Amino acid sequence: MLLAVLGVALLAPALPLAHPDLTSPADRLKPPFSDGAILGTDHLGRDLLSRLVWGTRLSLAVGVTAALLAAIVGSAIGIVAGYLGGRADHLMMRGVDMLMAFPYILLALAIVAVLGPGLLNALYAVAVVNIPFFARNIRGATVAIAHREFVDAARLTGMSGLRIIGSEILPNVMPVIVIAMSTTVGWMILETAGLSFLGLGSQPPQADLGSMLGEGRKLLITAPHASVVPGVMIFVIVMSVNLLGDGVRDALDPRLRSGALSRPAAATRVERTDTPEMKPTGALLEVEGLRTEFQVGPRVYRAAGGVSFEVAAGECLGIIGESGSGKSVTALSLLGLVASPPGVITAGAVRLNGRDTLSMTGEQLRRVRGGQAACIFQDPLATLHPLHTVGDQMVEAIRAHRPTPRREAREHAVSLLRKVRIPNPAACARSFPHELSGGMRQRVGIALALVNDPDLIVADEPTTALDVTVQAQVLALLDELRRERGLALVFITHDFGVVAQLCDRVAVMYAGRIVETGATQEVLARPRHPYTRRLIACVPEPGRGRRTLDAIPGLPPSLDALPDGCAFAPRCDRAQAACRGGEIALRRDGAHSVRCLFPEGAAT
Amino acid sequence: MADVTAALIARDLGKTFGGGRTLLGRRKPSVSAVRGVTFSVAPGETLGIVGESGCGKSTLARMLVGLLPPTVGTIEIEGRDLSDYTGHPAAVGRLVQYVFQDPISSLNPRKSIRQILEAPLIHLLGMEPAGRKARIAELLDAVHLRHEFLDRYPHELSGGQAQRIGIARALAAAPRILILDEPVSALDVSVQAQVLNLLADLRRAYDLTYLFISHDLAVVEAVSDRIAVFYFGRIVEMGPAEEVFGVPRHPYTKLLEWSTPAIRRPRRRTAPENCTDHESAKFSGEAAAAELPDPLCPPPGCAFAARCARAEDDCRAVMPTVTLLPSNHEVACHHPLD
Amino acid sequence: MHIYILKRVLAVVPVLLGLTVIVFAIMALIPGDPATAILGSYATPENVARLNRDLGLDKPLVQQYFIWLENLLHGDFGRSYSLNRPVLDEVWERFSATLILAGAALVLCTLWGLLIGIWTAARQYGWTDRLLTFVVLIGISVPSFWLGLLLILLFAVELRWLPASGMFAIYGGGDLPDLLRHLILPALTLSVVATGVIARLTRAAMLEMLRQDFIRTARAKGVSERRVLYVHAFKAALVSVMPVIGVQAGFVLGGAVYIETVFQWPGVGRMLVQAISTRDILLVQGGVVVVSACYVLFNLLVDLAQCWLDPRIQT
Repeated sequence: MLLAVLGVALLAPALPLAHPDLTSPADRLKPPFSDGAILGTDHLGRDLLSRLVWGTRLSLAVGVTAALLAAIVGSAIGIVAGYLGGRADHLMMRGVDMLMAFPYILLALAIVAVLGPGLLNALYAVAVVNIPFFARNIRGATVAIAHREFVDAARLTGMSGLRIIGSEILPNVMPVIVIAMSTTVGWMILETAGLSFLGLGSQPPQADLGSMLGEGRKLLITAPHASVVPGVMIFVIVMSVNLLGDGVRDALDPRLRSGALSRPAAATRVERTDTPEMKPTGALLEVEGLRTEFQVGPRVYRAAGGVSFEVAAGECLGIIGESGSGKSVTALSLLGLVASPPGVITAGAVRLNGRDTLSMTGEQLRRVRGGQAACIFQDPLATLHPLHTVGDQMVEAIRAHRPTPRREAREHAVSLLRKVRIPNPAACARSFPHELSGGMRQRVGIALALVNDPDLIVADEPTTALDVTVQAQVLALLDELRRERGLALVFITHDFGVVAQLCDRVAVMYAGRIVETGATQEVLARPRHPYTRRLIACVPEPGRGRRTLDAIPGLPPSLDALPDGCAFAPRCDRAQAACRGGEIALRRDGAHSVRCLFPEGAAT
Repeated sequence: MADVTAALIARDLGKTFGGGRTLLGRRKPSVSAVRGVTFSVAPGETLGIVGESGCGKSTLARMLVGLLPPTVGTIEIEGRDLSDYTGHPAAVGRLVQYVFQDPISSLNPRKSIRQILEAPLIHLLGMEPAGRKARIAELLDAVHLRHEFLDRYPHELSGGQAQRIGIARALAAAPRILILDEPVSALDVSVQAQVLNLLADLRRAYDLTYLFISHDLAVVEAVSDRIAVFYFGRIVEMGPAEEVFGVPRHPYTKLLEWSTPAIRRPRRRTAPENCTDHESAKFSGEAAAAELPDPLCPPPGCAFAARCARAEDDCRAVMPTVTLLPSNHEVACHHPLD
Repeated sequence: MHIYILKRVLAVVPVLLGLTVIVFAIMALIPGDPATAILGSYATPENVARLNRDLGLDKPLVQQYFIWLENLLHGDFGRSYSLNRPVLDEVWERFSATLILAGAALVLCTLWGLLIGIWTAARQYGWTDRLLTFVVLIGISVPSFWLGLLLILLFAVELRWLPASGMFAIYGGGDLPDLLRHLILPALTLSVVATGVIARLTRAAMLEMLRQDFIRTARAKGVSERRVLYVHAFKAALVSVMPVIGVQAGFVLGGAVYIETVFQWPGVGRMLVQAISTRDILLVQGGVVVVSACYVLFNLLVDLAQCWLDPRIQT
């Protein structure tokens, strides 16, 4: 549609139309669809169609020019201020703020008042008024980029400031400029039309769409077509420019491209093709054949590919793996907390006290979450609500499960904060998360998980973001609490040292599957799977001095193109032809299971 | 210690952020990120710097390559003061280079790997196209990457591959010293081991001097000849690697060592052996105030005193000075462990 | 908290001062003899002489500014030559009319914008979302002055339900119901665009917040989905929507210029347009200063509300 409008506007001089300014008093105010004037004529008998085409041309040209002008000047100010920072930035932005202290159109009016009415002056006014918008946006984007490490890297490669702006910052800010422009062109066309409508823009006989509308308005009742027609045109142009702007934004914004702006549902979508039979083992948590996929466009990433494990009451199971091994996805799947879209659970069962959480209704699942089973997450700053106090967040968790008077709930919350050894718990309950240190926040996270006395806690890398000395304290606290309360703990981590300190049993994951599981001491001392053995060998150990580490060559496979057979085979020095085909089962040998055809310690 | 031929010397280095006055003449709050840091690194040596978040180790690193001007103190590189090079950033760039923590964000997403590697060759060395081509091929071989990576863009690389490119870029201008700022903390253990081994190989092959910064004591220990332990902007202990971690003298070093989880040292719920019950309680999580002092109003004495089981009145009142122990082992503590 | 509020309030003073500087500078920029330009068609020799004396135009520019500012602070905005009455009286009278119109529109657009935003975000990709998103797109694309004309045609000319212009009926009007009847069409027209902008932003902010980790925590706590949406996500989204409501106040105050012209509403906007065409510069100046100051104060209120909502701002 926009293309059609643009085409007509560009071709205006070549089209067989009457002259737009040709007056013919005899043909005044002809209605639309009359002879010789499809859209009728105005009060001076000028052909409306012809005036419309020429007016469109003028409006578009003025709008786009104003947008370009504002974008160039505004972006230049924004980039320079953002890159220089400090006092120059401060001064420039205060100036911009000052311009923004005026209501938008009023400033344009004031400028026109000084320069006098006229289309060119209206153009300047609209451009000036829009400069602050660009300057602010582009400065924000520039500051974000100027603090990225590659800008420092460019400085160290000897580039000058000007060159860094040109080759490092500008290309990365460009999408923001284009987005800002495409979303404001529509506005600028509207505003210039508005000024003309008020008689402050284009002056007769020259006419853009706005002044046509302004002239038409005087005859609103006798000849409505004279104002309806140009109005429709402005609307059509602005609407198509806005649609185009949305399209441009969607194409340039990487977050939108990946579909990440989709709203995650209350629980992970479950589309199981096969639900395992019940075979009660009496364990608190039984996970069987759990398969969680991420469906992104045509690609399917198998993040968890048939995971089975059990956790007895009071037991601590560590799930360890590198990034992309599916350990966190497995943990989040237990209570349906994987974001969906794109996550889908396609197979398996998760039984908590014998009830399958994957087949629960929303309300049933809500009762389990934070009741029987609670979660602790990695980054406590991002996982606590920034605008609610710690105490309110805990009270809310209590009251979501038990109708408790607010006061009583509050007292319970404070006593739990004391339990996790927060000094001055009453004051902590009144604090907001950002007022606490990382270690304190994670203690709050633990207290929050404890509010309804759960049987099971799922902890997803709870100490990864903490310093080692704080980590040691938090681990000691978790260990003590779970022993004291008989809590079962599923502890996700990438750190063998942490597993060794905390967990009774450990499951090692690689490419979405458990490759080895057994008692922690046993697995760490006598790993059977080649991956486990070599991963342990990679870890630098304190107290062993300077040495070369036995690195594993290569990279884990991509989750959307997993190989047949053992996923570790391409990196394994023990791999044979049989490893590269067919399903390899997790074979049990006493309490120690391993998914390998040629495990360590066996004859090859 | 004050070796004439040292590759890198920092003397009484300090950096204060903020401060100054507002337009109305009021004093702005200031934060000292690094205070009174003195050390030297011999050619071919690896000095490991270990410390927790907020201890000032990254600020130090950025000062050493000239990304931040120091507030006080001097930096000498191969006998010349860094301030002599003011206005000649390329000259510094040919001597010292920097490897960043986050491998992906240290590469411009809109440039191909070839453009990224060419930049230092053009701007630091002023090389001709033919020479650049040969040098880039050489660099890729050195970091064990296939040549087809040249026309790819950073987002197509894995973390380990991106960090190899970061290292190749740092090596491009054949510097003498590499500042490695947490070069492996963003990587998985298996990839981390690959990169650490690569760094060790490169050091031997090009006769480089390393300053290796990390929060991970085990990693620092695996790569360093000497180690400096940072706490709240100061070096609290420095010495040969096996000494510092074998027989730590500063209580903070001891705490760090004790807190680092280790596979072969499982299930320790008691504190280090030479602690009293009271100290043991402090170590094992009772010391909930295990936090850094407020940087806006630092304590007059030892910054660690509030967490230290051995702290006495003098620790809280007087800043401990550096004591030199046998075998070049330094410690800043009034009551060091023995 | 109190210190922060005090700081915000004090920060308004330099903004207001800067505003007067800009307005003064604009007047000083008028090419040619200012007095003649200001007086326009009223530039009789005695008028020019009086104005030159009134404004102290023979003095240096900086001194002129301070004289002008002092007069301003005493409530002396000069005399309108086209209306032959003090500028402040005229502006004050007109401004109350604008405030009624803009205030009504602002309430409308905030309420509807937030409602539509939450509604569409909660039903993302459902048919209500698609329909409302399309309606919102139409809303932000339609020229408000034209929409006003269409509404007059439909409701006043064709259906004769509502009055087409003015603030009160000429005969027998003046009471509140009469005002409301006159207010409906212009306030509605004025709020359409701002409603669209707020709705789009609220929807985007809600979707953004729903992806945050703290929403996952809320769900993991067992909080009901209604609470997750309307308390957790909405409150967090409001933090980024609030400043936009402040900006929209500017659009609404500015947009009033068109709407007042279309609906013959006796507000500042229409006064400004008339003043510009008669080149009554002092009247323009007074109108711009008063409306802008009001906008600045409104944004101060938004800032303070923001600070109450988001405790992170104070640190």
